[in-house]
Amino acid sequence: MFDRRLVQYFDWGLLGLIVLIGSIGMIALFSAVTAGVATPQKMLYTKQLIWFGVGLTGMIAAFLFSYKTLERWAHAIYFICIALLAAVLLFGTFGGGSRRWLILGPVSIQPSEIVKLAVIIVLARYYSKITTTRGLSLRDLIQPVILTLIPFALIVKQPDLGTAMLLLLIVGSMTVFVKIERRSMAYIILSGTIAVPLVWFFLKGYQKRRILTFLDPERDPLGAGYHIIQSKIAIGSGMLTGKGFLKGTQNALAFLPEQHTDFIFSVLAEEWGFAGVLVVLLIFLLLIVWGLKIAHGCRDTFGTILAVGITAMIFWQVFINIGMVMGLMPVVGVPLPFISYGGSSVVTMMISVGVLMGISMRRFMFE
Amino acid sequence: MRKYLKTADSDWFNQRLTGIMYCVVAAFAVLVVRLFYLQIIEGREYRRLSENNSIRLQSVDAPRGLIYDREGRLLVDNRPAFDLNIILKDAKPVDQTLAKLAGYMHMPVEELTPNITRRGSVSSYKPVLLKQDIGRNALAAIEVHKFDLPGIVMMIKPRRHYIYENSAAHLIGYMGEINNEELDCGDYQGCRVGDYIGKFGVERSYENVFRGQRGGRQVEVNVTGQVVRVLKTVMAKPGNNVFLTIDNNLQQATEKLLQGRAGAAIAMDPKTGEILAMVSSPSFDQNMFVSGMSHENWESLVTNPYRPLENKAIQAEYPPASTYKVIVAMAGLEEGVIDSETTFTCPGYLRLGNRVFRCWRRGGHGTVNVVRALAESCDVFFYNVGRELGVDTLARYALGCGLARPTGIGLANEGKGLIPTTDWKLQRFGEPWQGGETLPVAIGQGYDLTTPIQMLVVTAAVANDGLMHRPQLLKKIESAQGEVVERGRTDVSGRLPVSQATLAIVKRGLWEVVNSEGGTARGARLAKIAISGKTGTAQVVGRKEGAEETPEDEVKEHFKPHAWFIAYAPAEDPQIAVTVIVEHGEHGSSAAAPIAREMIRTYLMNKNDPRQVATVKDSDSDG
Repeated sequence: MFDRRLVQYFDWGLLGLIVLIGSIGMIALFSAVTAGVATPQKMLYTKQLIWFGVGLTGMIAAFLFSYKTLERWAHAIYFICIALLAAVLLFGTFGGGSRRWLILGPVSIQPSEIVKLAVIIVLARYYSKITTTRGLSLRDLIQPVILTLIPFALIVKQPDLGTAMLLLLIVGSMTVFVKIERRSMAYIILSGTIAVPLVWFFLKGYQKRRILTFLDPERDPLGAGYHIIQSKIAIGSGMLTGKGFLKGTQNALAFLPEQHTDFIFSVLAEEWGFAGVLVVLLIFLLLIVWGLKIAHGCRDTFGTILAVGITAMIFWQVFINIGMVMGLMPVVGVPLPFISYGGSSVVTMMISVGVLMGISMRRFMFE
Repeated sequence: MRKYLKTADSDWFNQRLTGIMYCVVAAFAVLVVRLFYLQIIEGREYRRLSENNSIRLQSVDAPRGLIYDREGRLLVDNRPAFDLNIILKDAKPVDQTLAKLAGYMHMPVEELTPNITRRGSVSSYKPVLLKQDIGRNALAAIEVHKFDLPGIVMMIKPRRHYIYENSAAHLIGYMGEINNEELDCGDYQGCRVGDYIGKFGVERSYENVFRGQRGGRQVEVNVTGQVVRVLKTVMAKPGNNVFLTIDNNLQQATEKLLQGRAGAAIAMDPKTGEILAMVSSPSFDQNMFVSGMSHENWESLVTNPYRPLENKAIQAEYPPASTYKVIVAMAGLEEGVIDSETTFTCPGYLRLGNRVFRCWRRGGHGTVNVVRALAESCDVFFYNVGRELGVDTLARYALGCGLARPTGIGLANEGKGLIPTTDWKLQRFGEPWQGGETLPVAIGQGYDLTTPIQMLVVTAAVANDGLMHRPQLLKKIESAQGEVVERGRTDVSGRLPVSQATLAIVKRGLWEVVNSEGGTARGARLAKIAISGKTGTAQVVGRKEGAEETPEDEVKEHFKPHAWFIAYAPAEDPQIAVTVIVEHGEHGSSAAAPIAREMIRTYLMNKNDPRQVATVKDSDSDG
């Protein structure tokens, strides 16, 4: 009944990487919530540890069940997540100008995090059934577009432009991976070039301003623009070797906004310098390459596309978050995987990695 | 060409995965290059900026919208005020800096320190307020020694300036520091701790109109906290200006008339519902609220028995007394209980069962019809009408006239008054209505309660052939650049539940109140302007039904009745409706009516040709 090979093939390397990144995350968080802050928020540190515990359970559950189960339950998972997103709009709590959280007893969850994984699963199922080497036709794309646009619209409505964009990037990556017909691709690019100016023309003044500020934080020198300057000062002032653990000054005194969530990379960069963050970047790169390697090793189409989707999610979040704090990208609320504070993000990431492990463990099954 | 579909196998996938791998590595290369640029190439410069946390934000408050009267006369503006702040991180050593500062300002150090010790947990880069609104002399002294005072920063804030002290204070209102509930409730977008918002009156009602948009500056500061460079500026957007419907001349004149008395006086244009003046007395100086009031001042305002902080014109509820007879007369005529010819004989009292209800005139009015009953305010006539109508029918008409609910003037805390019904009494006291209770209600006593603004609306509606207007305070809203953003709308709130024939009879009665022999307000008449009105004398302490009225000279000041007068003029084409109440003023005719008369004269004088004004003044024999 139980296949001994499951243990034999367990992906210890991936687990090791996650433990490493998680530890770095806890160190950064400790600094962010204590160093120089007038009122240390040690509670956040404890809470994050608990979330890692919850995430670990999720991860184990995810790799114990065969990912084939996910394929069967793809639509159910998807609709539950959509229902949660809709519930956010109806009953969610308002904070910082948007409605993102659902309060469930003692915890508040952010369904937009887990919905990313649900979309990845449902699309992996769909693509695995229709993929050919010729690529997808426009008609093949109708279903994925609908499946994406529903959660996309619900997230934009919150509004959480960052997560919405992230969803598009993940879906885009998966779709490009399974290949789009050359002619369809041309159509898409062409209609995109026509549609964007048209849509822009019909937007209201304040909507245009919001998008422009989103793309160029400098336009908002008292808000996002100021945060980016402070973040750049924090990162730059780390120089080669950093100011040392708990020695950051930008981090202190709330000069860095959201230093424990979206801007936690700046804290790392200030305290550990170029040398330190280079290591962090290398570990992330290794994690992403590892994910692609799992996709590579999987002999099952669904598993391959699923692994690519999850890896794409990790990649885009790392790239956008770090790009953002360095002033390369719009300021969006995209957390840095395993490092930013936040229960929903940590648990989603841990479950996703658990799914990756499950795929990795079962690579022998289709040989 | 043969069409074939090759299923994607792992070789094909692997080929695509390799492509993805290259993209990922390229993306990471971009991040590393950017990091290298920020940390290695520009690192030294960023380290310097981080040393002192030199890039900071300074907020610039938006000037609050101004307030004008209907003619565009400025009532409230802003003045620059200088707040003395300290940034603890820059002001090293803090004690020494404070000592020097105190020396320059010629004041003890202790006066400067309370905020610092109290707010120990606050970020030491945030300015801490030492003293707000410092005078010009202190300002000059500090500016001269600026370089000797590290971390001391002066912040210029626009502050409210109420040009006419004590004037229209209740209408315009005042401001105060925003509290936690207000911050959390979401109505005050863009506000933060320490901001001042409108707390009362128009300042409160139009808070979102007055408040502009805060601006700010991104600046680089040196080691002592002085600004070296302004990096970016976002201009503050001033709030919109509000033009009220009040006429400042009339407002000021009315305030003088009420000086030294407690009460309220309001005037309205009956054709539009625009409030022309709103006075509540005694008043207070709104400027006291501007920079935080001292505890003693606040105490004295709150404990003052004449309730200066209450806007009596809209908040205070009084028995309407004889002014209510206007409504009883309308109800009686409409219901057919009486017509213009019906008479009752008043021997000075009415006996009901074994109880005696007195008329205010001991000797009685003799036989009177409704017009004379209004003119001479005969209680017995209206006892009879009320008894025949019953309390519920009376209430129906009172409610139809807009009583027992707020008029919707758009100021907070408006009172709604009370009009009793049999159901109300059963619910409130668990007892059925007694027939005898209807009689005092019919003369506006008993359970009846109204606010002055409610009675004004009724008066204006009578003047305006039955059409009721919601009282209106807003003439227009203009942007700081002078473009009209919004105009006040005339808002019809209903129609008196009576026919024009009934109205004509009632109007005749009101005209006779002032202009006929024996009218209760004959002293209030003007030679050139026909005023119509109704007096009222509201009992303060429960006069026992049927009991003898206490002789006047024995009555202590706060047991004296309130004096009412409601009026409109000119009678033939009403342009102004007025309600006056003087607390403990004793008689409507002597205390309230002259004030109403002067208000009417002032307003119509200003409105009409100046030459005519002169003649009005000269020929006014009984002024």
